[in-house]
Order: sequence, then C-alpha cells, then structure tokens
Amino acid sequence: MTTQADEAVIDCRNLWKIFGRRADEAMKAVQEQGLGKLEVRDRFDCVVGVQDATFSVGRGEIFCIMGLSGSGKSTLIRHVNRLIEPTSGQLFIEGQDVNQLSARELREVRAEKIGMVFQNMALMPHRTVLENVSFSQEVRGHDARERRENAMRAIDAVDLNGWDQKYPDELSGGMQQRVGLARAIAADPSILLMDEPFSALDPLIRRQLQDKFMSLSAEMKKTTLFITHDLDEAIRIGDRIAIMKDGALVQVGTPEDIVTSPADDYVADFVAGISKLELISAGKIMEPVASFEQRQGPIDLGSWPEAHPDHSLDDLVNLSIATQHPVVVKADGRAIGIVTKNALLRGIQGHADDAGSLKH
Amino acid sequence: MAENTYSILDPFSAVDLGLAESADGVKQWAIANRALIQPVKKFFNEMIVGIDTALNAVPPLVMLVMLVLIAWQAAGRRVAILVGVSMLALGFLSPNAWGLAMTTLAIVVSAVILCFIIGLPLGVLAGKNDRFEAAMRPVLDTMQTIPAFVYLVPVVMLIGIGNVSGVIVTIIFALPPLIRLTSLGIRGVNASVVEAARAFGASPRQILFKVELPLATPTILAGVNQTIMLSLSMVVIASMISVKGLGNEVLRAMGRLDAGKALVGGLGIVILAIVLDRITQGMGQSGRDRGHRHWWQGGPVGAVLRLAGKT
Repeated sequence: MTTQADEAVIDCRNLWKIFGRRADEAMKAVQEQGLGKLEVRDRFDCVVGVQDATFSVGRGEIFCIMGLSGSGKSTLIRHVNRLIEPTSGQLFIEGQDVNQLSARELREVRAEKIGMVFQNMALMPHRTVLENVSFSQEVRGHDARERRENAMRAIDAVDLNGWDQKYPDELSGGMQQRVGLARAIAADPSILLMDEPFSALDPLIRRQLQDKFMSLSAEMKKTTLFITHDLDEAIRIGDRIAIMKDGALVQVGTPEDIVTSPADDYVADFVAGISKLELISAGKIMEPVASFEQRQGPIDLGSWPEAHPDHSLDDLVNLSIATQHPVVVKADGRAIGIVTKNALLRGIQGHADDAGSLKH
Repeated sequence: MAENTYSILDPFSAVDLGLAESADGVKQWAIANRALIQPVKKFFNEMIVGIDTALNAVPPLVMLVMLVLIAWQAAGRRVAILVGVSMLALGFLSPNAWGLAMTTLAIVVSAVILCFIIGLPLGVLAGKNDRFEAAMRPVLDTMQTIPAFVYLVPVVMLIGIGNVSGVIVTIIFALPPLIRLTSLGIRGVNASVVEAARAFGASPRQILFKVELPLATPTILAGVNQTIMLSLSMVVIASMISVKGLGNEVLRAMGRLDAGKALVGGLGIVILAIVLDRITQGMGQSGRDRGHRHWWQGGPVGAVLRLAGKT
C-alpha cells in the first residue's frame, strides 16, 4: 500500500469536506454515528461537499472526475492545491501531505508544481496575455527574461503567437481559454488541474480545444485531474474516470469499465446514451472458441475474418460486413474467441450475447 | 407648571446626565495638552505652506498651460479645452482671484494627499474584513453628517487656528467616501480572478498589489474624486478658522453683505471644482476606453513620443 502511494502523484485518502459553521461537530457525528447527507443538513445546518473520497492518480495519467453540477467535483479538485481545506482526510502530492505545508511551502507548490485551468477562464483583465501567462513565475520572482521565454513557449504551444500583447477582452472565448491553458503550463508544472475547462465553450470550439489539449497532453505527459459534467468528454480524454454523485465517488474505472459494467443505476443512466463503437473491444464480447465449438460443432476458421482482442466494435463491424461468417479473434496467431453477428449487435447496445462474456 | 414635576410621558426632561459638561472637559484637556501637538502641527503647516508657495511661485500662464497639459494627458483633448477656458475665466474673475485660487488649491491638495494616505489602507482593511467594515460604518456616517461647527471648536482648541486645523476639519468631512469606495472597489474584484491568483501561488500581499488594487482602481479614483469635491465644499467653513484663499473671500463678503465679492469667490470655487473633477474623472477611465493601449500613447506625452519616433 505504501509503495503504491509513493508512485501516485496525487493520492487522496478518505477526504471529507463539510461546509458550515458546525462542520467539525457534524464531521464527528458522521464518523461516530454514520449520519447521511440529509441528516447532517437538518441537524447541523451543514452541507456535505465531499464525502469520503479516495482515489489516486499515477504519473502521466489523465484522471477525469465526472458529475453533474452540485456533485462536489469542483470542491474536490480545490483540495489538491488546498484552495479549500478538508474537514477530514489527507491528500498527498508526490508523497507530500498538502495539508501539512506551511503557507510559504504551499505557495511554492502551487506556483511550481501545479497548473490550474478554470471554467470561467479567470484571466486578469488588466494584464496582457503575456503578463497573464507569466503570472506564476512572476510571483516566484523569476528572472524577467526567463519567464518571458517560458511564457512565449507556452503561448506558442497553444497556437496563440502574435497575441501576447493583447488584453483578454480582445480575445474570443476559445482563445481566452487557450490563454488559461498556456498560463497553467507556462511554469512546466508536473500536475494539471482542469476545472471544467471547456464547459463554457460552444461545441465546435470545445472539440477543437479537446483535440489541442489531448495532443499537448500526449506530448507533455502531465499528471492531470480533469473535471467535467460531460461523459463524452470524460471518455474522450480520460485514462480513468470517476463518477461523482452527491459528493461521493460512486465508481472509478477505465472508460470501458464504466460503460460496460456500470456500478449502479445512476451510472447506467449516464452511459445509456453513449456510443459503444469505439469503447468496447473485441476481447470483451467474444465467445471462447471452445464454447462456440460446443454449440456449433467443429468449424473451419480459414475463411473467417480475423481481428485482434483490442479492436473496437467499429473495426469489427467493418470486418463483419464483408462476409457471412463470424469474426475470429486471434492473439499471438492463435484463435481465442469468436464474435458472431448477434454478439456484435448486442455489443453495440452495450450488452453481450447470451453466449458472450459480457454480463449485464 | 413646576420645573421638577416628573411625568412618565416625558421622562427625558427630568433626567440630566451631564453629557454636554463632560464633553466640555475634552476641550479643557485639549487646551492643557496643546504643547504636545506643536511639533506635528509645525510639520504639517510647513507642508501646506510649501505647496502654497510653490503653486503661487509659478507664473499664472505657465500654471494654466501645465493644467491644460495634465488634463489632456489624463482625460483627453476635450477636457483639456474645457480646463483651459475655465482657468482663463477664473483668472479674469478679479485681479487677485488666481492667487487666492492657488492658495485654496494648496489646501485641497494637502487635504486630499492626507486623505489618500489615511483612507486607502483603511478602505482596503474595510474591504477585506467584514467586522472592521461594520465597526467603521457608524464612524464614517458620523464624520459625514455631524455639523462641521461641532468639531471646529475642539480642533481649534487643540491645534489653534490656521491652515493645519483647516486641513484637519476638511479631512474629517472629505475622508469617508474614499474609504467607502475603496472598500467597495476591493469587494467588487471578481472572486474567481483572486482565486486564480491564489492557485498560481501569489501571497496575500501580491494578490493585493498585483490583482485587487489594480482592478479596484477605477472605483478608488471615483472615491478620490468625491474627496476632492467635498474638500472644496469645506473651504468656506475652513476659512472661519483663518484659512486663506477663495473661501475667505466669500466669508468676508458675507460679513459686509458684498454680493459681488461673494459671487467672485463662489464662482472661483465652482470653477476649481469643475477643473479638478474633470481631470480626476478622466484618470478613472482606462486609456483603452479612449482608444489607446497605454497611458503614454495618448495626450501630449504620446504626441511628443510620436514626434521623437518620426525624426
């Protein structure tokens, strides 16, 4: 457990946040009597923001937290750089307990280890793009030439060259958020906190910025905590996704896990409208060769189309259309499973055919 | 009806707590402790006299041109023209109007500088701390509404007549709007921008100087503008404790029922008010509202820089 914690860049353990004057009393009551959210509200006039959140994010991983507004995801992300103090629980950044840092150490961590992007951009209107982007280096008192170079590199990375002397109100919304992104990466931090960065943008611009972010991210390999209320976005961007509801993490897993085996009805409702074509792999829906042969008798695989277990349903559809036969899934040149047309259709629905391995 | 009859319907007339007498004790204390205050008084008096002498040493026409240039820089060409015309009118009001106006300007400038030094920190504190703001509010209300004559006497008893007392009386009346508007300006700064500054590692001090004060500047300058206007409205009352200038003209004219002379003094004050108001209001607008990016790109400085750049 400890070694695992050392590897995690962000490690959040049993984090609670209760808002209100009597938060400490309420916390004690929750721990001793196991009060629920509503009881805390009625008895202590306190609001539970985050309840018992535990997760860890590995180096270079993009971890999405998905939830509707009011689910506490923005509150949770603000604990990472301690913009909000937890009522109970711990949060480690690279093994360092954030809540044990002195004010000075905390400022150093915020300026040099963490970059943050906000939903409403939160650019400083009285500063030019360049001055905004170099802000974190400026407060650290870095040399003017060095911070200019770093800032210009960040501005370049988000394709805003030539805009460095403009003021934020001279830029469109999408460009402003690119400035926000540049500001977050200018000091080359190891962690990025993205608080619904693209939610306020219109769909086309959002898509562009997601692409921009993903290409930057693939290049920079920064550990990222990404907040969103949009499951499509979470699936597109996240290596792993946590679904948050009423302040609690209800499920943590890869996009495929979440879509194929939702933990409860709440998550199932969310994933109902999600296209599975790119998410589910052949390995998930194939029927083992042995059980297929038991049902159908001996078969000749020679003329059947071949797929890899990692191939998506989309690929399988393309293979399957060209022939009457089922698709055979091969790993290391050996047939390990069969995907029939029925299994494929069920897979597209998010279910498995009765013979498949995917249970619902 | 006997004087000491107690009526339940009018309990107030029978009770005398002796507040007025004990307050008069403050006056006695002030007279007894006058010596303490003298060095401080000397310092401020020299400052006021220094500003007065400097303003009066500049030839009127040179001063007029300087004011026009300042107005052009701060508020644009139209205000510069208005200021030029206004100051010409002031000069022609009467042969000694210009000198009196400069003396009044010196008092106002001293009062405003001191108001700024006192008011800005208090305003920032009030903007950051709800409790301090709540404690400050009745004090500010009192300062603004209590009749000037009430504190005129104790101030004179403590400090004596003259410029320093005049400035103190002016500060008492003119300070509140600066504190209120500074507090308002700090409170009005977008909380998410402050949060972003915190998230990028700024210290409270850096947040104040790099984020909050710059963003609150237009509101603070509106407060400075109000302070200047209120300072000007106090010059006649201040002249009752022997402050020279336009206010004194009005006071003397009142004593002699000389309507003409009163009008000259009064109009002088109004013109000074208009000039100072337009200049400070112009400062409150950012240069970008007037179509240039930095303050040095407009006005006379911009013109000179452009000329220098061409040659």
